[in-house]
Amino acid sequence: MRARTQVQTTINGETVEFLCEPRQSLLECLRDELGLTGAKEGCNDGNCGACTVVLDGRIVNSCLVLGVEAAGSEITTIEGIARGAELHPVQQAFLEQAALQCGFCTPGFVVASKALLDEEPNPSQERIRLWLANNLCRCTGYDKIVRAVEQAAAQLHKVKA
Amino acid sequence: MKTQTEASTDTEIGGREYAVVGTRPIRHDGTDKVTGRAQYGADLRMAGLLHGCIVRSPYAHARIRRIDAAKAAALPGVKAVVTAADLPAAGDRIVDLGEGATPLSYIRGNILAGEKVLYKGHAVAAVAAVSPHVAEEAAGLIDVEYEPLPCVLTAPEAMQAGAPILHDDLRTEEFGKRAAGASNVAQHFRHSLGDIEKGFREADVIVEREFRTATVHQGYIEPHNATALWNHDGRVHIWCSTQGAFVVRDTTACILDIPVSQVKVTPMEIGGGFGGKIPVYLEPVAALLSKKTGRPVKIVMSRKDVFEGTGPTPGSYIKVKIGARKDGRITAAQAYLAYEAGAYPGAMVAPGAMCIFAAYDLENVVIDGFDVVVNKPSTAAYRAPGATNAAFAAETVVDEIAEKLGIDPIDFRLRNAAKEGTRRADGPRHRRIGCVEVLEAMKRHPHYTAPLGGPHRGRGVAVGFWFNVGLPSSCTISVNADGTVSLVEGSTDIGGTRTSVAMQAAEVLGIAAEDVRPTVVDTDSVGYTAVTGGSRVTFSTGLAAYEAAQDVVRQMKERAAKLWEIGVEQVRAERGVFCAGDRRISFQELAARLEETGGPVIGRGAVNPKGVGGSFAGCIADVEVDPETGKVSVLRFTSVQDAGKAIHPSYVEGQMQGGSVQGIGWALHEEYYMSPEGAMLNASLLDYRMPTSLDLPPIETVIVEVPNPGHPFGARGVGEASIVPPPAALANAIYRAAGVRLNSLPMKPSAVMEAIWSAKA
Amino acid sequence: MAIVYIPTPLVPLTGGNATVEVEGATVRQIIDNLERSWPGIRERLIVEDHLRPNISVAVDGEISPLGLLERVSPASEVHFVAAISGGSNG
Repeated sequence: MRARTQVQTTINGETVEFLCEPRQSLLECLRDELGLTGAKEGCNDGNCGACTVVLDGRIVNSCLVLGVEAAGSEITTIEGIARGAELHPVQQAFLEQAALQCGFCTPGFVVASKALLDEEPNPSQERIRLWLANNLCRCTGYDKIVRAVEQAAAQLHKVKA
Repeated sequence: MKTQTEASTDTEIGGREYAVVGTRPIRHDGTDKVTGRAQYGADLRMAGLLHGCIVRSPYAHARIRRIDAAKAAALPGVKAVVTAADLPAAGDRIVDLGEGATPLSYIRGNILAGEKVLYKGHAVAAVAAVSPHVAEEAAGLIDVEYEPLPCVLTAPEAMQAGAPILHDDLRTEEFGKRAAGASNVAQHFRHSLGDIEKGFREADVIVEREFRTATVHQGYIEPHNATALWNHDGRVHIWCSTQGAFVVRDTTACILDIPVSQVKVTPMEIGGGFGGKIPVYLEPVAALLSKKTGRPVKIVMSRKDVFEGTGPTPGSYIKVKIGARKDGRITAAQAYLAYEAGAYPGAMVAPGAMCIFAAYDLENVVIDGFDVVVNKPSTAAYRAPGATNAAFAAETVVDEIAEKLGIDPIDFRLRNAAKEGTRRADGPRHRRIGCVEVLEAMKRHPHYTAPLGGPHRGRGVAVGFWFNVGLPSSCTISVNADGTVSLVEGSTDIGGTRTSVAMQAAEVLGIAAEDVRPTVVDTDSVGYTAVTGGSRVTFSTGLAAYEAAQDVVRQMKERAAKLWEIGVEQVRAERGVFCAGDRRISFQELAARLEETGGPVIGRGAVNPKGVGGSFAGCIADVEVDPETGKVSVLRFTSVQDAGKAIHPSYVEGQMQGGSVQGIGWALHEEYYMSPEGAMLNASLLDYRMPTSLDLPPIETVIVEVPNPGHPFGARGVGEASIVPPPAALANAIYRAAGVRLNSLPMKPSAVMEAIWSAKA
Repeated sequence: MAIVYIPTPLVPLTGGNATVEVEGATVRQIIDNLERSWPGIRERLIVEDHLRPNISVAVDGEISPLGLLERVSPASEVHFVAAISGGSNG
């Protein structure tokens, strides 16, 4: 076994430590070392977005980040999106709009969509489609996903107003 | 968006007011799926887990001379290596494991190659180690000596005399007769009706065209996975993402030559399938590795493995010739379909032949179909397998004829439309179908007459058919004391079916959908259930749930009768309330009194139904073709489909949208880009170009409801037909936008430009 | 009597007749009776006492899950079609 590095980082608001080999991606560390299996591997080369997490305020493909690079960072995964006992409006909207079929891409989409709405409260449909273009879905054809994001935007806007 | 739902005027089954069927409850597994809690196959964690990696052939066709695993076995952390030598011999057995009857040697050979490798990516050996990285390193250390052989990559080439032969023992079969001499053609069939020569003589216009379609992949986002534990008591437990847990059980038991009762399969959540997760690849290998190591072994495919080592859908070569009179009546239709099966026989050419002209009432037809092996991965089903290739050919020829006759393309189809009683080319008559209703809904839709709004734009239409299947399903329902019920079924849920099944039970019981708790369980816990495929779950498993619920109602009536001390014939059940005279008790209240009236109430349903209803789908597509780059933008897309009765309209819409978008990707971008040596050069999600959200407009949907008399709520399977017409509709749209008819898929920018330049020259 | 539609490649075996009227209460009886009139056809449809692996039977337009055991009425149409089983054909 190769020498492992100790990494300390903040995940979903909590300080976390794990050991990893330098060659392990952040995605592998989340899933295999920390048991956070919500982020998925679809391609392992940054082309499907199923592994999307927020890293220091930006969404990234966690398969393209090394575990050791995450030291000292703040990470949000799908497991950290719900607000306590309540689903986030994005999650609720995905359910109400039936914006998932197999659900495998859903964690990536939820994280990416929330990141969009955190930055831009009222995105146009084109803006939503552009923002989400790195997240592949093979089941839905994206139509209901876009509607879910629009619904969540309206819901969040209502709450703020 | 409100979907338009157009109910037929039939009021025998359709048109009834339902309390649950037709509503849009939140799916029961939704919370876990939006929070990342749902457990897919690769998420499984277990004490002592080892990780497996498959060694794959770099050659498209080669003899295996020698496999030397010494260096791999010596790597620290490596626990076991297996090859085909570790599998029991298959002999001559023919097995039906949910994919149609196949020689066991083919299934075995595809799982771990025997004497020859038949495609690049063909599995040759497997290794188990303490981590996925060590397993991958070890796989690279396994030394395989190959003797490369010439390869053949398309059906027409493989059918020629002198082509490299894949299987020395393969003979062309035709209804039980085997031709002499080794061949790459596994099967030939011919359907004919009437007198084709006479039909063409009567035609005023005849169009004959050739078509080629490239190999495409189902493209599910979740790679294949399997975890196996060959336990010390001899029982093998498998966890995997599959479309059919019972198929995995039966295939694994068969391959390993152990009794079926020794294998238990727990289906995990599944991240897409579309037919591609019906074949078995990893489970027997993981089981063998587990047997050797005494530990559980998990194998997860890489994306490259998925492209190179699983079954895409056949590429094809198709010829279609259609003749019609001036008045628009088709007088003759002929098709020649040569489909690539990949390395082992079994291309879905027969379903393609069943569907190619299914929308038309024809007197004179001939269809020839050929199942041809080539040195590519062994093909698997992909959503309405075979039909999309066929429709691309037929529906563009129909479009061309309609244009030559000056008839609107939808009107032309209406003049020839199949109806109940129309005889199909393969013989049987259509039962109740919604072809005309779908065409009329397309014609009525505002999209059909909306202005295109710019230059280089065009609109195309096409229709398609999928027959759907029945097959066995089982279900049990137990009543809980609080008035909810637990529903146990065996159809792995890829698109929300546990909810559509639960809704049907809820309708019968007279309770809310939320009060049914559906679970999809392992092969020890529910009766035999066939694959999630063939658009069968809402129909068949729904029927099993319906029967189980009826069984519960019967028993509940008896309990009410007991409570009221009357005969059961006096008790009526109506929408969740049991009554006799002026006495009433609700399902919920009665559920609280089961213990005192005789104990648990459990209902059962087990079906292998007839009464399957086929589904017609049509689409209208607007495109803009960039005259300088050949890029085709889809501006507007409307999908119309006959669902019989939409049990959960949101998920019916979802199937229509998903199938449409797969059809769009198939039409415009996707292909296995092969080198002459048989290597897929674009085996990544960057270069295998599936549609993104940015590539697409909203997908509008219209659900037509022509009830299926064979189902209590009129349901037809809807999962597949929507993928059938889009490539043809887009080809027809591109023609109107750019003046060129493309006869090859994908219609990528380079192909469009070459067609435009040829037309100018 | 039921009408059996003979698959195109087998029409030479039934003297060029594309349809044949046959008596029988089940598909098995139909095939056995067909064989009496047209020897040689049974082995093209049946192997080891069940329908050949890639063949299904459709009675009155519906694929029968019961195969040879399916009941046939005097007014039925019987077709032999490509086997559609499992989701591999779906």
